[in-house]
Amino acid sequence: MSKNKEEGTGAAAKTPLRKRIKWDLVALAASAVALYGLSLAFPDKGERAMVASWEFFKEMAFVLPALMILMGLFAVWVDRRIVVKYLGKGSGTGGLFLAIVLGALPTGPLYIAFPLAAMLLKKGARVANVVLFLSAWACIKLPQELMELQFLGWKFMLLRLGLTIAVLIPMALLAEVLYHRGERGRIEPFAEEEVEMVEESLGIKAPRTGPAETEA
Amino acid sequence: MSITAIVINAFVVFCLTLSLIKDREKTKAALLIAWNATKRLAPSVLAVVAVIGLIVGFIPPRWIATSIGGDSGVIGLLIAALLGSILFIPALIAFPLAKSLLDMGAGVMAMAAFITTLTMIGFIFLPIEIKELGKRFAFLRNGLSLVAALIIAVVMGLVLG
Repeated sequence: MSKNKEEGTGAAAKTPLRKRIKWDLVALAASAVALYGLSLAFPDKGERAMVASWEFFKEMAFVLPALMILMGLFAVWVDRRIVVKYLGKGSGTGGLFLAIVLGALPTGPLYIAFPLAAMLLKKGARVANVVLFLSAWACIKLPQELMELQFLGWKFMLLRLGLTIAVLIPMALLAEVLYHRGERGRIEPFAEEEVEMVEESLGIKAPRTGPAETEA
Repeated sequence: MSITAIVINAFVVFCLTLSLIKDREKTKAALLIAWNATKRLAPSVLAVVAVIGLIVGFIPPRWIATSIGGDSGVIGLLIAALLGSILFIPALIAFPLAKSLLDMGAGVMAMAAFITTLTMIGFIFLPIEIKELGKRFAFLRNGLSLVAALIIAVVMGLVLG
């Protein structure tokens, strides 16, 4: 299991991040050089570009620090164990909504969610719940919604949020049906002891007698 | 500063105060996480600011209208969905980018497709998702997400477009 742990947290946490930061800098350098060069070549258009950049920068600077702090607060105050506790085996239809709510809590980047989701599957959680949890983690986050509200307005934000939830639920159920159709490539549920070992290695060991456990 | 920005800031200040009262150390840790995340996001923020300048200043609105404009229909939808699927732009800074494109004449449908695919489908994360959850799960989830994103975008375009 220690091999699994290394692959899960070590590789996932380091490589993509390093790759991404490089791309960030490349994109920044390229766009900055292009903006500067074109502005020198076409001064009147350049002025319009600079004004637009400055306006958007100001608007982002007004909200981004607050959203970053909000994410930090959630990361510190919301215990990731609740996900394992509530989405384990035996959570029914209510589990679908719970999966969305738990996924939407801004507690970390997407690559943290994958080992968590794998754990849930191995623990025997519903595939639909795990799909919903991951999708919600990816696209329904409180800070994201606030940013959307700020820039695209409440109509756009609310409609997209409502549609996302409405479409994701049947999609997750369909994914579950398709996932179970063929046995090849399926993740076999782990034995009790194995689950405990993975939980311990991820530092997300759920209390033995959580509600999800007793229901099942 | 817009009213939305003021409300957001007030809300966060309220949460921060509450957190400070309850636990000083935890709040400190939260601020450290926030600071590190800000440092990580900073190059992307500045890049998007420059890209927005390029879009508003140098891309002829006609190009945007014909490629992803309100009347571009299926083509615009697919272009936006494809870009959203393959690009990796942190969601937080994708919204200002989408706003600038909307201002320049992009269609609601295309922008909804862009944002939704951007957040829902991460090709950059696909290898990790496969490693952790298996090919079957990863392909099913991402494939169906694409379908979901297109449905969401079409309805958004019909309602708000």
